[in-house]
Amino acid sequence: MLAKRASAAPLDRRSFLIASASAGAGLVIGFQILPKFAYGAAPGAGPIKVDPNAFVRIAPDGTVTVLCKHIEFGQGTHTGLATLAAEELEADWEQVRTEHAPANAALYNNLHWGPVQGTGGSSAIANSYDQMRYAGALAKAMLVAAAAEQWNVPAGEIAVAKGQLSHAGSGQSASFGELAELAAQQTPPSEVTLKDPKDHILIGKHAPRVDSKSKTTGQATYTIDVMRPGMLTALIARPPIFGATVASFDATEALQMNGVEEVVAVPQGVAVVARDFWSASKGRELLSIEWDESTGETRSSDQIMAEYRTLADQPGLVARQDGDSDAALASAAQVLEADFEFPFLAHAPMEPVNAVAEITQDGCEIWTGSQIPTVDQGAAAQILGIAPEKVTVHTLYAGGSFGRRATPDSDMVAEAVSVAKAIEGRAPVRVLWTREDDVQGGRYRPMYFHRMRAGLDEDGKLVAWQHRIVGQSILKGTPFEGMLVQNGVDLTSVEGANNLPYAIPNALVDLHTTDVGVPVLWWRAVGSTHTAHSVEIFIDELAEAAGRDPVDFRRELLAEHPRHLGVMELAAEKAGWGEPLPAGRARGIAVHESFASFVAQVVEVSLDGGTPKIERVVCAVDCGRPINPDQIKAQMEGGIGYGLGAILHDEITLDGGRVAQSNFHDYVPLRIEEMPKVEVHIVPSEAAPTGVGEPGTPPIGPAVANALYQLTGERIRSLPLSKHELRGA
Amino acid sequence: MALRITVNGEERTVDADPDMPLLWALRDHLQLTGTKFGCGIAACGACTVHMDGFPVRACSIAVGDAEGAEITTIEGLDSPAAKAVQSAWQDLDVVQCGYCQSGQIMSAVSLLEETPQPSDEDIDVAMSGNVCRCATYVRIRAAIHEAAKRMEG
Repeated sequence: MLAKRASAAPLDRRSFLIASASAGAGLVIGFQILPKFAYGAAPGAGPIKVDPNAFVRIAPDGTVTVLCKHIEFGQGTHTGLATLAAEELEADWEQVRTEHAPANAALYNNLHWGPVQGTGGSSAIANSYDQMRYAGALAKAMLVAAAAEQWNVPAGEIAVAKGQLSHAGSGQSASFGELAELAAQQTPPSEVTLKDPKDHILIGKHAPRVDSKSKTTGQATYTIDVMRPGMLTALIARPPIFGATVASFDATEALQMNGVEEVVAVPQGVAVVARDFWSASKGRELLSIEWDESTGETRSSDQIMAEYRTLADQPGLVARQDGDSDAALASAAQVLEADFEFPFLAHAPMEPVNAVAEITQDGCEIWTGSQIPTVDQGAAAQILGIAPEKVTVHTLYAGGSFGRRATPDSDMVAEAVSVAKAIEGRAPVRVLWTREDDVQGGRYRPMYFHRMRAGLDEDGKLVAWQHRIVGQSILKGTPFEGMLVQNGVDLTSVEGANNLPYAIPNALVDLHTTDVGVPVLWWRAVGSTHTAHSVEIFIDELAEAAGRDPVDFRRELLAEHPRHLGVMELAAEKAGWGEPLPAGRARGIAVHESFASFVAQVVEVSLDGGTPKIERVVCAVDCGRPINPDQIKAQMEGGIGYGLGAILHDEITLDGGRVAQSNFHDYVPLRIEEMPKVEVHIVPSEAAPTGVGEPGTPPIGPAVANALYQLTGERIRSLPLSKHELRGA
Repeated sequence: MALRITVNGEERTVDADPDMPLLWALRDHLQLTGTKFGCGIAACGACTVHMDGFPVRACSIAVGDAEGAEITTIEGLDSPAAKAVQSAWQDLDVVQCGYCQSGQIMSAVSLLEETPQPSDEDIDVAMSGNVCRCATYVRIRAAIHEAAKRMEG
């Protein structure tokens, strides 16, 4: 089965009629390159000029193909992007298809990131909202111009609806497909007016997912499904501890394995290249490798955490400072202190990472599911010593990612290209990872240690706050460092802490960035996976110390933050906050902003023996104007489940530098019987839309911990919960 | 060596080591890529297929042991239960990344063929071996109930 090649093939005039309209012209002009990376923020709408040809194709059979610059890995972004274009195009949803756009930083950059094509920070809809609507509106205008020309009637009298154009006066009508060729010859107008939101028929309504059918019939193509003629499969033996290197290896036995063709050294380790997965896997087991561990990370997790704890005794680099928190603490009537510990976490997407590389006469073709394809393009070019434009990246559906497929050093692509190069390009190569490779392969959510201190005055008013974070930087040494590390503070280490919404006159957030030889990476919701946890648990502790109800206490402190307040009140109301519960059940709440979306969750928990059971989650989300309400709900459900699995069960631990976990038996995923009932309520809004892929995840952990405290009287401050024995109070 | 297995009603020949997991024979040798690799230790269910009508994890069955058995993969699903499950999955937009869903659907079809009106507990038991990292479980449960309703109607 061949992977689709159409996306990178030269545009075929018959099938891509509209796409040919301005061939040769500067395709996209006037994009505003933001002065800095607007991570998680919705930048103000700048002037934006869009060439529809980069995003919309209409074929003679009427099929509307929306080219999506963002990867679809489950978050529903292709459905969302197509919804935006189809709304303005007035396409019939049944005729809409999507395709991944080829890697091209000029045409398909993330408008929040500058000149990089990328998916991350829950930014796909936010940065595409105007762009995709304009693309649809301009394409519609070209169809209208074509109809006006053909029918010799004024364009203003032509109506467009559900993929049909019509002119009432003359009784003429035609489908998009019938007019596609003539439309392709029209010049896009310099200005179009977007629809009034009250006229929306897709945005804010129900548009079914574009990928449901292919993903329920086994037809959707992922990287692992790509078959190229003569393709070989490689598995790589990687160092047993992070940072070790190959001293020597003996491949004699591996090469005797039926199906193994070559064993080659690559920068990442030793690759066994075989005709299929099974041969490569058996061959890899037969390798004999001498590792040089002298440069490796040999500490254990406990040792690293002990060092973090010691570091927390010293002030770090300041990420936020309001008033004088030391003085306020000194004069406070009550001072609370709490330490929190967070483990390394693997992303463990269902499809272990992988990539296919084929060195051609002209350059190189890559098939992979990458969140940053233009960075991968550059990495492949560098390894091969060719120009980036000689590298074609075919983006495929990815079987999950959660950040794992957004590696600034292009790990999976670099491996595939390195192996293809090592065998002198004689065959296409796919590098597959096993689950063990994935769980033990690093690029984890970093370990963190947090120390919180806060002071209440005699009236129970929160007057002082100190939040110290200790952990590795995700961005140090990456191309994103210049944009996201400011004055030594990696913004991804402190996000969710440095933008604390609670009104506290004296606040300090500081950071120690540590040096650990474990590769780390962003993990669904990034900094907020730990900052939301400690902040929201500590706020509950402070509410109790102040003798206040947790919702009531937050309400007062969030008076200046209507969107936080809005989701909190909605979740509390729908969950029946304050109403009695059956014996053995308790509620907890958390509210958090991430990536400019606001989410509150109220959970109900019980205990089954010593095991927490999450019975129900009521979630409220404010993500600006809702584009696809059902997909917003789906992302909240999924974000809750993903976070829940992690806080209940998961940690990656190092023992003498070696990863102790290896597969789903000891890195335990959430299963269906643990999934609570979830109700999602969306705050109606006309604000600019923001993302939902990540913001559902951060509140679930602290909401569960806060509920368990009500049940057990025990504050759990280290994760996962499975490490703790819980008993009903 | 040449092994003969029956897949989706067709007899196929696979030239492979009899120890090769059925999963890789299906994927790498027969190009039936709807069945997915997730863990290799029967802990995630992404590779679930039907063997003589029962759900099995293809990563943990040697292809040599599948000789003589009837194998059905997602590509060959055609029963009334299968149609009900796939249409309910589509109408409820269960999928997210979709990678585990072939396995989920194979398990759900088996469940409904055995237990036409499953309770939530029946669903938990039958589906516990199928991991979804996107956590589409709320909708999997709803879609199984919906499919049961459609089969009845």
